[in-house]
Amino acid sequence: MDIKLLDAEATPEERQAVDARLGEPHAAWYGTQARTTRELHVAFGGKDQRDRRHLLLPALQALQERIGWISEGGFNYVCERLTVPPAEAWGVATFYMMLSTQPRPKRVLHVCDDIACRAKGAKALCDELTGQHGGPLPHGIGKGDGHAAGHAGNGAAPGPHSLARRDSAGRIVIDDSHGAWTTSPCLGLCDVAPAALYIEAGPTVVERSLGSVDGDFAMGLLGGGAEPDDVLASVGPAKETQSTQNTQTTAKYHTVTGCLGEPRLLKRIGVVNPTSLTAYQMGDGYEALEKAFELGPEGVIAELNAAKLLGRGGAAFPTGRKWDAVRQQEATPKYIICNADESEPGTFKDRVLLTGDPFAIIEAMTIGAYAAGCTRGYVYIRGEYPLGAQRMQHAIKQARAIGLLGPKIMKRDFSFDIEVRRGAGAYICGEETAIFESIEGKRGEPRNKPPFPVSHGVFGKPTIVNNVETLANVIPIILGGGAAAAKIGTEQSAGTRLFCMSGHVARPGVYEVPMGTTLGELMELAGGVSGSGKLQCALLGGAAGAFVRPDEMNLRLTHEDTRAAGVTLGSGVVVAFDDTVDMLDMIHRIAKFFRDESCGQCVPCRVGTVRQQEALHRIAAKKPHGSVQDELALLEEIGVAMKDGSICGLGQTAYAAVESAIKRLNLYPV
Amino acid sequence: MTSPHLQLVQLARPSTKPKVMVELTVDGKSVSVPEGSTILNACQALGIDIPTLCWLETLKPVNVCRVCVVEVEGARVLVPSCSRTVEPGMKVKTRNKRVDLTRKLVLEMLASSVDLSTTPGMSDMLAEYDAKPERFGECETVAQPVKVDNNLYIRDYAKCILCYKCVEACGDDHQNTFAIAVAGRGFDAHISTEFAVDLPTSACVYCGNCIAVCPTGALMSKREWDMREAGEWDESIQTSTDTVCPFCGVGCTLTLHVQDGEIVKATSPLDHDITVGNLCIKGRFGWRHVQTGQSAEQMSADRANQSTSL
Repeated sequence: MDIKLLDAEATPEERQAVDARLGEPHAAWYGTQARTTRELHVAFGGKDQRDRRHLLLPALQALQERIGWISEGGFNYVCERLTVPPAEAWGVATFYMMLSTQPRPKRVLHVCDDIACRAKGAKALCDELTGQHGGPLPHGIGKGDGHAAGHAGNGAAPGPHSLARRDSAGRIVIDDSHGAWTTSPCLGLCDVAPAALYIEAGPTVVERSLGSVDGDFAMGLLGGGAEPDDVLASVGPAKETQSTQNTQTTAKYHTVTGCLGEPRLLKRIGVVNPTSLTAYQMGDGYEALEKAFELGPEGVIAELNAAKLLGRGGAAFPTGRKWDAVRQQEATPKYIICNADESEPGTFKDRVLLTGDPFAIIEAMTIGAYAAGCTRGYVYIRGEYPLGAQRMQHAIKQARAIGLLGPKIMKRDFSFDIEVRRGAGAYICGEETAIFESIEGKRGEPRNKPPFPVSHGVFGKPTIVNNVETLANVIPIILGGGAAAAKIGTEQSAGTRLFCMSGHVARPGVYEVPMGTTLGELMELAGGVSGSGKLQCALLGGAAGAFVRPDEMNLRLTHEDTRAAGVTLGSGVVVAFDDTVDMLDMIHRIAKFFRDESCGQCVPCRVGTVRQQEALHRIAAKKPHGSVQDELALLEEIGVAMKDGSICGLGQTAYAAVESAIKRLNLYPV
Repeated sequence: MTSPHLQLVQLARPSTKPKVMVELTVDGKSVSVPEGSTILNACQALGIDIPTLCWLETLKPVNVCRVCVVEVEGARVLVPSCSRTVEPGMKVKTRNKRVDLTRKLVLEMLASSVDLSTTPGMSDMLAEYDAKPERFGECETVAQPVKVDNNLYIRDYAKCILCYKCVEACGDDHQNTFAIAVAGRGFDAHISTEFAVDLPTSACVYCGNCIAVCPTGALMSKREWDMREAGEWDESIQTSTDTVCPFCGVGCTLTLHVQDGEIVKATSPLDHDITVGNLCIKGRFGWRHVQTGQSAEQMSADRANQSTSL
């Protein structure tokens, strides 16, 4: 297929960035600047080229990381290299919020203003930045909007500093002396709120997750008076939580972890060096894989079934059944995906596992691959987790080096390898079918089910998708036996579970407790209510979860008890709000979250999330359309249509938290 | 996955293999349909009316508009009848309070955000489900200026319900030109060329197959749009006549829509086994010479002399 490209040319730096990700082009057809005579006699393209389509997102990310934004020329070059029609690539580039198709300075600070950070002063931080530096960069592109730089040529974004202009030759020139900032949905750093993600594009991209960010520190980063490293090192109140420059760097900050009883999932966190395979093996590392080989595929699945392991991503599907369903598929190749796109507001447990125990994830994926007959694995990590991605990549490399990944693992007739894929700012890509689309290099639009992933997953092949925490459960189950694992917790909710405690609790962090622990005990474990000391309510399960009241501290955290109470465990989120928090503002943020993160594919979610947000604002502004009662009835109908009519879980749960605020908290008295 | 082309070929030339029949119940009525059929196919076999917007028999179902949802016993949420394949013993309800509520809300959401004034059958649909889009009050819409950047067709995205049909027709369902795609996200999602460049700069080949599948009139031939703007467009007095396109040897059926003795539009029937509704630039737009009395070659020569664009 030949494609029509725009006229813009990539700069040498852009070509270099893309070539570093895709390899050198081997023909003018794919972007070499000189054509050989042989090329006139050889056919190019075809299946080989189509099979490279999945590299579109990594190639666009390469430009973003190197240049700081995706210019027309760089974009053209990616399309040429991969033979992707530019309109399609444009659809992909404009879908992911961490990719910018507008000119941007190299340094961008993504400031989280989501619920957990909001409870800890994120709004004031954003106001301060707006006052001192100028407004945030806009998100994405509007309707009918093309490209500020490419055609209109202004590239103006809010702020005192003009971001881009054109020189006399018409080239876009960006003033990199100042950084820019933008607001961000939950960054998964809720324990160190208010949090931010600092990204500095360049030959070696600098990505840092930052906690306890204050105005001075943020202004220091944006002002660029010092090298970013110096700023990071010299500023007092801000703690550097993660560093991506060097695998050997020990994080200066550790997420608080704690547990009731024996830790099963957190036992290596903060204890075993996550960058050393030797350290992992000195414990009981890779014993589970050996035992899995002894048990055989059916044996492994039987243990998981005996352990009654349910998926920890939110849907609670039996893991053993999922693995068995893939095992029984005839189509090959089969895939296993570790869903590390943890983006549910208030969730950060997977980040702790990825950064603190990466080898366990690899071992668990290898066991899953062995049990179900998968030959290839992907770890899809949200773009906002640089250290997690780096640790995983490092761990995979180490495991591959000594034959624990690759052909003939442990000298058996079993080959399996894993690739890390990074997200680029889209909550929806944590949906199990959207993750396939994203890995295939497309917009993260969920697929209609059936057909289910076990038969039609990534690249249309049988695929296991498991959450990080679910995989972390596999190792202790195989080592200790399924029956023993099932004894922990309750009859219907077996095992331990990680909870992400944030907001107004004294010791925010990740806590491992047996299922059946009460909410009160969990709060106690995290040091009780902080802030004013008086709990107003807590959000349980994330933005797709529900609010619980202070009088519900006896709620046992199990699937059956939460279901009976009309709430959900979701992804193990508990965000506590003291009585000083403006809950209407929190509800508005949640409504905005769903509106921003809707992929836009189906009508109930695309329009419903907007109509929901509008109705909530009308009530808050005391200008209801009709009476407040009318508005609540309308919200209920919108909610039902979103739940019944949407393609995926995002739309289906977009009303959940709002509904619980209305019905359980009585936040909107009539 | 079967390629869309294969599906189309199958559509055009039914397989001679005997088909396994699947029996299911729709609204209490039993029906047998070939394996692989959708619930919508089963409903059509029974003569049950299901509203659709993003579905078209010549395109892969994308199930995004959600107006065709039905209730399937045992399913947690409503299912899109246009894409869900039938299973033996399935029990389907096409109309009840639950189904009607979601259909009504979907229609209200669309009608409150999109200009549906040129969507055929929309007023009946809104009435059927008692949809009252005004109950959302003042609300955000997709209103925007119409894009007129060439002489053949216009794009009025204020009328776009994002049904993906044009993208499919331009892409691997039909034309394989890939000039447009869905860009942006959420309520800001929209159909766009790369960097929103105008059509002459894009990969568009002006086959107009996107116009043929557009359900709302967001894509319209310039001629029709001009006539509508001037208040001259009147479908009630138009006649349509089938003929064969004279431009090449393929022999596409052309349906000429004539108003007041002048051709105002050319289409091709969806059930035509060569075109499945598609044409090329010449078939779709190259009919003006018929009314000028000049041959296409003469017009082309004249145009070259005047060096004006098409």
